[in-house]
Amino acid sequence: MISVEGLRKSFGPQAVLRGIDLKIETGEILAIIGRSGGGKSVLLKHLLRLLRPDAGRVIVDGVDITRLRSRQLEQVRRRYGVVFQGGALFDSMTVFENVTFPLREKTSLPWREIAERANLRLEQVGLGGSGHKDPAEISGGMRKRVAIARALVTDPEIVFFDEPTTGLDPILVNAIHRLILDLHGKLRFTAVIVSHEIPEIFDLAETIAMLHEGVIVEAGAAAAIRASANPVVRQFIHGEPDGTPSPM
Amino acid sequence: MSNLISHFLLDPIEGIGRRTLQMVASLGRFGTFLGRATVLAVTPPFKLRQFLGRVHFIGFNSLVIIVLTGAFTGMVLGLQLFITLSRFGSDAFLGPAVALALIRELGPVLAALMVTGRAGSALTAELGIMRISEQIDALTVMALNPFRYLVIPAILAGVVTFPLMTAIFDVVGIFGGYLVGVKLFGVSEGTYFGEMQSFVDLGDIMTGFWKSLSFGILVTWVCSYKGYHAGHGAEGVARATTQAVVLSSVLILVWDYFLGTVLP
Repeated sequence: MISVEGLRKSFGPQAVLRGIDLKIETGEILAIIGRSGGGKSVLLKHLLRLLRPDAGRVIVDGVDITRLRSRQLEQVRRRYGVVFQGGALFDSMTVFENVTFPLREKTSLPWREIAERANLRLEQVGLGGSGHKDPAEISGGMRKRVAIARALVTDPEIVFFDEPTTGLDPILVNAIHRLILDLHGKLRFTAVIVSHEIPEIFDLAETIAMLHEGVIVEAGAAAAIRASANPVVRQFIHGEPDGTPSPM
Repeated sequence: MSNLISHFLLDPIEGIGRRTLQMVASLGRFGTFLGRATVLAVTPPFKLRQFLGRVHFIGFNSLVIIVLTGAFTGMVLGLQLFITLSRFGSDAFLGPAVALALIRELGPVLAALMVTGRAGSALTAELGIMRISEQIDALTVMALNPFRYLVIPAILAGVVTFPLMTAIFDVVGIFGGYLVGVKLFGVSEGTYFGEMQSFVDLGDIMTGFWKSLSFGILVTWVCSYKGYHAGHGAEGVARATTQAVVLSSVLILVWDYFLGTVLP
C-alpha cells in the first residue's frame, strides 16, 4: 500500500502541493485527476522520489521513501515501473533495445530469456514486429505502447502512468486504456494513473482522487466520484467553465 | 518615506545578496557534481560500452576537425615564424619554434577549443534533451544511476581522448609547418627536424600532456553539468549549450594560464 501523508511542496513563493493525504491500496487502479497545472505530475514525482517534499511523508509498504538514502531508494524503485508522459524512450536505442534495457542492466538473466520477455511484452502491447525500429520512426501512440512494454518488462509491483494517453485520438485513448486494464488483469500490479481523460478514465480506474489547488478535494470509488455533489469535482468532470451545471 | 528607502537602498542590496547566494550555491553544485563523478568513476560497476561510445563520440568523430585545424595552425605558424625568424637570420630554428609553440601551448588549447565546439556542445545538447524528455528521470526510476551511464563515461572519455587529440593536432601541425618552411621557403629538412630534437625535451611534451588531460576533465565536466541541469524546453537546452561552450572556452584559457605558471 502507498500512503501519502500531509505532503507539501512549494517552488519559490508558489505552493503547488498544500497538504496531500492519499491512500493507494495494493493491486488497485487509482487515477489522479485534476486541472492542468494543478500539481498532478508534481505529486507523481514525489511518489517516485524524483522530488523531495517540504513536509509530509510518502510511505510505500511501511517505508517512508522521503527519508531513504540512495541505496535503499534503489531497492524501492526496483519494484516500480513508470510510463512517462512522452514515453521517455532512449533515442539511441531501437524499440527492442529500449524494452530489454531494464532487464539487461538490472538482472543477470540469460540473453535468451531477456529477449523472450521483451518480445512477449511487445506482443502484448501490439508491437510484435516493431522491435527493430527507432523511437523516432514510430507514432505517438506506438511510443506510449513501447513505454508501457518497457515499464512492465521487469514485472513491477507498482506501475505509474503519467498522462499515458495525452495527445492521442479517442480511439487510441480507449485502446491504451483497454491495454492497461488487460495487462493489469494479467499481472495484478498496483497502478497509479495521472490523467485528465474525462470520462474515459472512469471506465479504467477503480478509485479516483481529484486534485485541486494543491489538495485532494475528493477521493473514492469511480462511480461515487462521477456522482459527486462537490462543485469543484462536478465542474471538472462535466467541463463547466464557471462551475455551474449546464442545462441539458 | 520608508518605501523610498526600501526601493532605492535596500532592494539593490537584497538583489546583490540574492545573486551572491545563488552564485555560491551554483558553484557548490558544480563542485559536488565533479566530486560525485570522481567517486563513481573509481567504484564499480563500470560501463565499458558507454565509455567506448563516448570515446567514439568525442574522439573519433572529432578527428577530421582536429586534423584540419592542426594542419592550418602549423602552416600559419610556419609562415609567420619563418618571416619573423628570417629577419634575425634564425630561420634554422623554425622547426623547434613551431614544435614548442604547438606542443606546449597551441596544441592543447586549440585542440580543446575545437573538441569543445564539436563534441562538448553536442554532449550538452544530448544530455539537455535527455533531461527535458525525461530520459534521465527514466534511468533514475529504473534504479539505474544516470551518472554512471551518462556523466562518468563522458568524463573518462575526455581524459583519454583529449591527450590523443592533442597529440594528433601537434603531429599534423608540425607537418603543416614543415610543408610551409621546408617545401615552400626552402628550409633544410634536416635542420627543421634536427633542431627540433635538440630543443624539445620530455618536459615540454609532459606540459602539453598535463594541459590536455586537465582540459579533457574540464570540458566534459562543464558540458555534462550544463546538459544534466538544463532548463525547460528547447530554450533551456539552447541556453545550456551556449553556456557550456562559452564557459568551457573561457576556462580553457584561464586554466591554461595557471598551468603555464605552475608547470615547467
